[in-house]
Amino acid sequence: MTQVTMTVNGKSVSGSVEGRTLLSDFIREGLRLTGTHVGCDTSQCGACVVHVNGQPVKSCTMLAAEAEGADVKTIEGMANADGSLSTIQQAFQDHHGLQCGFCTPGMVMSASALLAENPTPSEAEVRAYLEGNICRCTGYHNIVKAIMAASGQDVAAVAAE
Amino acid sequence: MYEFEFKRPGTIADAVAAIGAEEAQLLGGGQTLLPTMKQRLAAPAVLVSLGGISEMQGVCTDDAGRICVGGGTTHAAVSAATAESYPALSHLAGHIGDPAVRNRGTIGGSLANNDPAACYPAAVLASGANVVTNTREIAADDFFEGMFTTALNDGEIITEVKFPVPVAASYQKFLQPASRFALTGVFVAKFAGAVRVAVTGASEDGVFRWSEAEAALSADFSPDAVDGLSVSADGMIADMHGSAAYRANLVKVLTKRAVSAC
Repeated sequence: MTQVTMTVNGKSVSGSVEGRTLLSDFIREGLRLTGTHVGCDTSQCGACVVHVNGQPVKSCTMLAAEAEGADVKTIEGMANADGSLSTIQQAFQDHHGLQCGFCTPGMVMSASALLAENPTPSEAEVRAYLEGNICRCTGYHNIVKAIMAASGQDVAAVAAE
Repeated sequence: MYEFEFKRPGTIADAVAAIGAEEAQLLGGGQTLLPTMKQRLAAPAVLVSLGGISEMQGVCTDDAGRICVGGGTTHAAVSAATAESYPALSHLAGHIGDPAVRNRGTIGGSLANNDPAACYPAAVLASGANVVTNTREIAADDFFEGMFTTALNDGEIITEVKFPVPVAASYQKFLQPASRFALTGVFVAKFAGAVRVAVTGASEDGVFRWSEAEAALSADFSPDAVDGLSVSADGMIADMHGSAAYRANLVKVLTKRAVSAC
C-alpha cells in the first residue's frame, strides 16, 4: 500500500491506496465523492473526467498514486461558494443539456476546461472538444448549446432548433 | 487489473535502476497500458512511472535547429509548444485521441508502443527524427521494426525525440471515429534536398516509408506526381473498418492531400 496526499476541491486529503487503485476509485470509494461517474472503465466515455492540475483527464485511466501532490477538481467542486450552480451547470439546466444525467459530470468538467482555454469557442470547436465525452441520450445538440450559452454567446442559431 | 508494486522515480537514473527489477514495466501516460492491464493482457509485477521525471518534460530547440521533445511530454504540451515552430507536428499531436487523453499520453509512450495505427510514428519517420534513449540515439529509420515492435531493448527509456524541421509538411489522418486512431494516416515532409513520406495505420508491419512517392515528389512536388503510382494491397491491414485494398487506396489519396496542404 502507498500513502497518497492530494488536494481535492480545495481540501487536502490523504489515503492509503494499492498501486492499481485508479484515481476514479480513490475519488468515489476513498473520498465518497460519487459525482464522478465511471461509465465504461475503458477510457472511451469521459463520464469520469476530472481536472488534475487544471487539465481534464479521464480518472479511470490514471492511477491514484500518479496524482500524489496534485490539485484535483471534481464535479463536487464546481458549484459556486454559496452552493448555487456555476454558470456552466446553470446553462446545462436552462438549455436541457442532459437527460439521464450520467455523462453530465464529465461533460461539465470538459466544458469548463474548454472555456478556460478558449472563452468563446465556435460550435465546431465545442463539438471537437467533446470528442472524448459520450452521451447516449441527448444527441449532443443541447449540450453544445448549453456550453455556447455559458460562454456568453447567442445560441438562437445553434443546431438544436 | 492485477496488483503490482508502483514506483515513481524522480530522475532517469533512478528509473533505470527501478526498471531492472524482475517483470518490471515502464509507464508513460498510461492511456494504452492501463486499459491493457485492466483487460489483464499485461500484468507487470512492478510498474515504473516516468511521470515524475522533470528532466524528461518539455520542448526546446537545439543548436542544429531541431525540435527536442522530452520523452515524458504529453501530446497536449507538444501541440502547444510546436504550434509555430513545426505546425504539422503540432496539428498531429493536437488530434491524437481526445483532449483528456492528450493531457496524459506521452510521445515516449506512443513510440515505445508503436501501435500500427498510432500517429506519432508517422511524424518521427517522415521527419527523420532521432529517438534518444538513456543509452543511445536511434535514427527513425532504424527504430520501427514492425507492429508493436521497436529497436528498444528491455528497460530502455525514451528520454527525448529530436525532430529536424522540414521546409513544409502536412499530416493527413483518415480518422477511425470510434477509436480516434488513424484508419490510415500519411505524413509528408519536404526538406531542402528530399521528400519523406511516412504511412501509418495501413501496413501489417506498422509505419513505413512510401519510397516510390518520395522519389516522385522529390522530382516534382505536386499532388499529380503520384498519379502514376499504385500501392499494393499485399500486407495491408484488413478489418471491419476497411479492406486491404481500401487502405492501399487511402495511402495514395492522403499523400496527395498532404502534398496539396503543404
